[in-house]
Amino acid sequence: MKLVSEIKFPAKLENLEMLVQSVTTCAREHGLSDEKLSGIELAFEEAFVNISQYAYPEQEGEVEVKCKTDDTHFIVEIIDSGVQFDITSLPDPDITQDISERPVGGLGVFFIKKIMDEVHYRREDNKNILTLVINSAK
Amino acid sequence: MEINLRKENNVLIVTLKGRLDAVTAPDFDKKLESLLSEGEKALIINFSELEYISSAGLRSILASAKQLKANDGRMLLAELKGPVKEVFEISGFYSIFKIFGSEADALNQMT
Repeated sequence: MKLVSEIKFPAKLENLEMLVQSVTTCAREHGLSDEKLSGIELAFEEAFVNISQYAYPEQEGEVEVKCKTDDTHFIVEIIDSGVQFDITSLPDPDITQDISERPVGGLGVFFIKKIMDEVHYRREDNKNILTLVINSAK
Repeated sequence: MEINLRKENNVLIVTLKGRLDAVTAPDFDKKLESLLSEGEKALIINFSELEYISSAGLRSILASAKQLKANDGRMLLAELKGPVKEVFEISGFYSIFKIFGSEADALNQMT
């Protein structure tokens, strides 16, 4: 597996656009289709927004984003040192409820799980490490 | 993101252009909130020029739809395509909202 890019920025919403661009640039260079690019863009935004809102309730913190590739996968690793949070443990929302019953929110993590081919979480050295994997084969 | 407003037969048509993400959704929320508080009850949202939407954008749309429904108002959606349409499908919003292929069809339904 090859590390293609690695950046670290404060986990603030204002950095979303720049980080998304960095990730999608790597994905494009790896030859992913437009459809897969939009999937990665969405999954990355949802993961990053969660971190910017919940990981550091009391102080400012950073997010590290690594893009990796191998022959058949494009991988984004998102690392923060904030509150322990395993998004893979959240239950899926009930997407059949109508407008009045449907709770506002709770879709971000669901999108990540639906769109990515694999999602892994691990806690290591007091860090949350979220790995998003997409099959790059066409 | 651009939000363009137009009135036709007492129906407010909201055309979105660009990206409705976690950064732009708060502005959209404010806009919708002020429109609803001014008493708008019939809204069509036209997505033809929207390139991207995330859960933050869906949250804004759902919150306004709930508010409209509670006040005997209506919201119809029109011209979803590409990644935006996919996000609506994955979230189940495609089934719970009334969605039309063209703005004209939505307008016919409303009036």
